[in-house]
Amino acid sequence: MLKQLRPAILMVVVMTVLTGFIYPFVITGIAQALFPKQANGSLIRRHGRLVGSRLIGQNFTGPEWFHPRPSAAGSGYDATQSGGSNLGPTNRLLIGRVRQLAQQYRKENGLPPNAPIPSDAVTESASGLDPDISPANARIQAARVARARGLPIGTVKGLIARCTRDRTLGLLGEPRVNVLELNLALARLSRNQRK
Amino acid sequence: MTTNGVWQILIYFLIVLALTKPIGIYMARVFTGEHTWLDPILKPVERLFYHICGVDPDQDMRWTTYAYALLMFSAGGLLLTYALLRLQGYLPFNPQHFGAKQMPPDLAFNTAVSFTSNTNWQSYVPERTVSYFSNMVSLAIHNWMSAATGIAVAIALIRGLVRRSAQGIGNFWVDLMRATLYILLPICLVYSLFLVWQGVPQNFSHSIQVTTLSGSKQTIPQGPVASQEAIKMLGTNGGGFFNANSAHPYENPTPLSNFIEMISIFLIPAGLTYTFGKMVGNTRQGWTIFTAMSVLFLAGAFTCYHFEQSGNPNIARLGVETRASVGQPGGNMEGKEVRFGIADSALFATVTTDASCGAVNSMHDSFTPLGGMVPLFNIMIGEVIFGGVGAGLYGMLIFAILAIFIAGLMVGRTPEYLGKKIEQYEVKMATMIVLILAADILCFTALSTNLTLPIGRSGSAAAKTHSGSGASSSSSLASWNRVDGSNPPIYEGATWNNVNNPGAHGFSEILYAYTSATGNNGSAFAGITTDTPYYNLTLGLAMLIGRFLMIIPVLAIAGSLAAKKYVPVSAGTFPTDSGTFVMLLIGVVIIVGALTFFPALALGPIVEHFQMLSGMRF
Repeated sequence: MLKQLRPAILMVVVMTVLTGFIYPFVITGIAQALFPKQANGSLIRRHGRLVGSRLIGQNFTGPEWFHPRPSAAGSGYDATQSGGSNLGPTNRLLIGRVRQLAQQYRKENGLPPNAPIPSDAVTESASGLDPDISPANARIQAARVARARGLPIGTVKGLIARCTRDRTLGLLGEPRVNVLELNLALARLSRNQRK
Repeated sequence: MTTNGVWQILIYFLIVLALTKPIGIYMARVFTGEHTWLDPILKPVERLFYHICGVDPDQDMRWTTYAYALLMFSAGGLLLTYALLRLQGYLPFNPQHFGAKQMPPDLAFNTAVSFTSNTNWQSYVPERTVSYFSNMVSLAIHNWMSAATGIAVAIALIRGLVRRSAQGIGNFWVDLMRATLYILLPICLVYSLFLVWQGVPQNFSHSIQVTTLSGSKQTIPQGPVASQEAIKMLGTNGGGFFNANSAHPYENPTPLSNFIEMISIFLIPAGLTYTFGKMVGNTRQGWTIFTAMSVLFLAGAFTCYHFEQSGNPNIARLGVETRASVGQPGGNMEGKEVRFGIADSALFATVTTDASCGAVNSMHDSFTPLGGMVPLFNIMIGEVIFGGVGAGLYGMLIFAILAIFIAGLMVGRTPEYLGKKIEQYEVKMATMIVLILAADILCFTALSTNLTLPIGRSGSAAAKTHSGSGASSSSSLASWNRVDGSNPPIYEGATWNNVNNPGAHGFSEILYAYTSATGNNGSAFAGITTDTPYYNLTLGLAMLIGRFLMIIPVLAIAGSLAAKKYVPVSAGTFPTDSGTFVMLLIGVVIIVGALTFFPALALGPIVEHFQMLSGMRF
């Protein structure tokens, strides 16, 4: 029996070297060579300055921006505290929060009371960093954004259509709009108009 | 349910079905020592590692030696990880300067046990607790070691069924090494690069500070994520690089990465059913097991999807759409990501708990009561629906032994499985496994639900310090109880921690925690804060019991079966490659699970379902 003790210890060492060091370093090397942009976090630069990652949602509050989903990550889109609300379906905190956010959403977007709201607009995502909103959610916000920026609503809706990603292969996942990309396109447009 | 959602689930299943035979054949070749196309590269490496470790690859081990080697190996890994976690402050790749303060002894114990046992329960918030070194080395090595260990045990059990009048059940070191080198490593090399292509980071940079478009500050953590993500899914481990796990856009950026992550959970467990059939010389035996698993999988997936798409009536009443329409997903979107929607979230939750993976792409805690009961029940019945790598197959074979025994009792024949008489010893061991797992879940849940320890040392008990998991935890005895901060102070025990969700849901959280720990799953109803000495220690114990008190009896059965003579098939033999056996097997799995856990489920998700329908809130 004691004969197995030496292999046990050495096997832990060998496996640690192989899977804990060699493997991740090899992968890092290849990944950095083949896909440098993705391997470094899909970061976006604007005028030479980092403004975020295409994959990580960020908060927008003013009427001139498209708003992301409500976030449970820290005080909202805190990427060091990813996570959901983890509130259960009968929790009065959850229901109260949805009621309040629904009222706010209708008010901001000039919807009549009891107008139906897309389910992603008033619920918190799993990661708290969801970069996307549903196309329906984006379209409802279009009028508000157009008014705040003095843009024709058709232009804003055209931007949404351009930034909408359909299901992968027409099958997988859900149609979605990346909020940061949409807002970046919006900022570019407003800037060009001012020129 | 939408047509698209139903198709996503069916196509997922069809792809798993198509991959089962090729991967199954390959694994059979690996474990019977036949030639594989990777031999020219890997044979020399394999031989070198045996030489370094002083392993004689030709030694055939008795089950006791096999178990001893396995336990020594696991213990070695456990101690190493505990030490490395406590010492992370002195180790490299630590740009955030995390130290022992973030990893107190109870948390380090829980975490080390958790990864060693293939559970990957995470009481800590990774972004705020562990360095890159801890993630990449101290923890991720177990993603490989525990996965390879699970596969080895399943192969040993198959050998027990195949061999006749034999002493040994194989060589643990060889099974471990071949599982790692020939199966896990080649797949992970390709798979992790695929993940990087989809957007998963792979670097050693410090967190990145950005000024967002609207002018606020955001800190974005980085790290060697993809290499860990690949083995985390393939080895059915599930311990995330980030707190949000596979819901985090850096771990699972696209619907395609999500789809492949789900495939990779089932790949090896499904393939092993074919490996089993191949090795026992009758592939129909493997497909029988596969069919029973498939029926249970599809039933779970569609049940979960149905309830999640139906949504929460309390929220529908506020004018939030629960019907899917063009442009929005409807359903219960609390704790779910837009890119995955309802179908992919429900499917992922089912897959990750059918297997002992435990990675999540949505927050199970915010599921509807019955939608959330599907993952819970999947773990309770022992994760035998494809299951963990290796663990799923040996778990299902234990149920097959019970099913054969019950069939034998009903018709008055001596039970036989694959030419081996199933006798008292095997049935005792199989029953013991079922009882230990049930007791582990139910006793710890009952204890934790009712525990209100008297305050240890008054005054020293800290006021409410645990606002979220991952906060530093004091390990003094007094802090086993905490004061809730109200005046006059109310002293509470373990249940203090589920104040996030009162009512029946709070009970479900505790039940889910011990179920997940015992089943070595690792997913959670995560509203509960378990980073306290009490939970860290009891959950750690539950994980050890659930892992090793299952493996040892399984190896004992393997040893006992290997030693038996072959009984030729006769007219009195109950066929175990038939539709009747599929139904019998499903029946045994469901009945054992339902009888054991119905009372607990009634107190949790079932009562909450009716409370939700009647508009009650807590």
